[in-house]
Amino acid sequence: MTNTIYLDNNATTKIDEDVLAAMLPYFTTYYGNPSSMHTFGGQIGKVVRQARSQVASLLGAEESEIVFTSCGTEGDNAAILAALKAQPKKKHIITTEVEHPAILNLCRRLERDGYTVTYLSVNSKGQIDFDELEASLTGNTAVVSVMYANNETGVIFPIEQIGQIVKEYGALFHVDAVQAVGKIPLDMKTSTIDLLTLSGHKIHAPKGIGALYVRKGVRFRPLLIGGHQERGRRGGTENVAGIVALGKAAELAQQHLGSIGREKILRDKLEQGILAAIPNTAVNGDPDNRLPNTSNIGFKFIEGEAILLSLDEYGICASSGSACSSGSLEPSHVLRALGLPYSVLHGSIRFSLSRYTTETEIDRVLEVLPGVIDRLRELSPFNSDDADWLQEQEQAVLAR
Amino acid sequence: MWDYTDKVMEHFHNPRNQGKITEKQEGEEIVTGQVGSIACGDALKLHLKIDEETQTIKDATFQTFGCASAIASSSALTELLKGRKVDEAMKLTNKEIAESLGGLPEEKMHCSVMGQEALEAAIYTYKGIPLDDHEEDEGNLICRCFGISDTKIKRIIRENSLTTAEQVTNYVKAGGGCSSCLPDIDDLIEEITTEQETATVEQEKSVEAATEVWTNRDSSSVETSTTTQTTKTLTNLQKITLIQQVIDTEIRPILAEDGGDMELFDVVGDVVKVILKGACSGCASSTETLKLAIEATLQDRVLSTLTVESV
Repeated sequence: MTNTIYLDNNATTKIDEDVLAAMLPYFTTYYGNPSSMHTFGGQIGKVVRQARSQVASLLGAEESEIVFTSCGTEGDNAAILAALKAQPKKKHIITTEVEHPAILNLCRRLERDGYTVTYLSVNSKGQIDFDELEASLTGNTAVVSVMYANNETGVIFPIEQIGQIVKEYGALFHVDAVQAVGKIPLDMKTSTIDLLTLSGHKIHAPKGIGALYVRKGVRFRPLLIGGHQERGRRGGTENVAGIVALGKAAELAQQHLGSIGREKILRDKLEQGILAAIPNTAVNGDPDNRLPNTSNIGFKFIEGEAILLSLDEYGICASSGSACSSGSLEPSHVLRALGLPYSVLHGSIRFSLSRYTTETEIDRVLEVLPGVIDRLRELSPFNSDDADWLQEQEQAVLAR
Repeated sequence: MWDYTDKVMEHFHNPRNQGKITEKQEGEEIVTGQVGSIACGDALKLHLKIDEETQTIKDATFQTFGCASAIASSSALTELLKGRKVDEAMKLTNKEIAESLGGLPEEKMHCSVMGQEALEAAIYTYKGIPLDDHEEDEGNLICRCFGISDTKIKRIIRENSLTTAEQVTNYVKAGGGCSSCLPDIDDLIEEITTEQETATVEQEKSVEAATEVWTNRDSSSVETSTTTQTTKTLTNLQKITLIQQVIDTEIRPILAEDGGDMELFDVVGDVVKVILKGACSGCASSTETLKLAIEATLQDRVLSTLTVESV
């Protein structure tokens, strides 16, 4: 098998070796339950506290403001539902049309339960319009949920500016920061954010652990009702090994924030190399307001799954917003929201780097990608002088 | 990740017959069939080189915009087509394309459907049948997301014996977008199931009627026991009787409206030989159109394996 070149870090990341080393003893030697009334279990409480402190430090928050969860989806669900329960008379939610399904599908469900949801549109760069936000906000708005950075395009929303507007209307402000944590410095002390979701496996911790930041003073009712764990904010015996891992991963992420520029340099090298070598390609999203590790590139006239499977032959891992690779037969809702033409949208590929990405790997991608794209374009009916029918179809569909 | 067979991946990485056909000899014709939609994320251009005298496909090539299975399906289709007679090629189904690749994931069956449709479009073009009259362009729009009509959905349900809306989505994408048309697709499935049940009953009835007609003519040579057995398999005589009946009661009245007529000349195996008369015996393309229409009616009403030849 060829060496894997992993450029799909917005999907999940490799567990850091230090993180793994930190968590392993809690599977083997220290398997006690932190709630137990004996030293064997009770000593575990200390490491959970330490992990909480490490996560709080990464966010510039207090330890008591951190609730451990099982994943980003749980964090998002718990936050929105808690915000609604805290203000039972308010029946309106505002979010954007480019959110993660954990928010979008929850909102659709809530619409069936009698809530009204406003899905803010985005422009071609993936940014929302403040006027639309302001016009949507009313005294009936319980919560505004906006992602910090988009998982597909890496586009960063101006969170604090949005938060300022939200606060004027007295709504709670939730931010899904799953992609932003560890890539953008965050400081909850000076922020307008009330609730913030993060996930472990995006920052080199294992899958199955996440956290929710709940600003002091916010009335939070649990999603999982059970024991007294997490001060009654999440029932269920703690995932101790996961919590320890998340703590260590948060500590390492904080250290790494200072050198995140290296990822950006490699990302830019990849992106500029692709744009220079391959015609009819363009960067999707907002090039000036993006995560430093993410590049979403549209390769016109070909289909994303075919690109991914071709790259796979070289051990290169990336992802695509195309319909065929999604399993749902629908192309990415994020790229559609940007208003991209179908001929670009279906051939869009996301490359997402991590601190483990090397220059040699980027060079290898730049070496093989032009050939892959060439081969598929050779196969494409767009590669012909009478390809107008496809363009016409695109227009017809858009008109419909 | 999709569970593609090795054969799909092999065709994807080493596609056969890609590109256009540029050269032809005298007596050969090049035609193209194009289907698909950029919105759906797949489109196929199929090029055929046909020997006019032998009516044989001498070469087949493709250009495909789509995923790995769309490319593999197109590649496999061109391999299946080379050397086939045009009329035989017309009978190729999407199932055969998928089977030649060792199968496709359910969600990717629409890739094989696209191949079959491009083939149909190419042959229609060759035979001079205007594509605008293609029945699927008419009908009611059911799936607005992917622009798919009820006519097309019904055909796919019939051809693949589909029983759920989810299967329809996997085959033609209809319902795979906003999913608001799923109840409509349920209705179409219901409609076809009812239709097929009625058709079975009717076919049984007409076979009985045919046998009766025949029995009345010469009752001594028919044993009652065979009558009950033949409700599923027609004897040659029953087949001919039924064909004659359908021609007289269903086809000739329609032809008469345009000043045409026809006569059953002979039935050899599954080949129905007919003589076209009156206004029908004009130009070659109208003969071809007519032949296909008669064939479709007979296949539908009598036996799906029947072909029609004009003598």
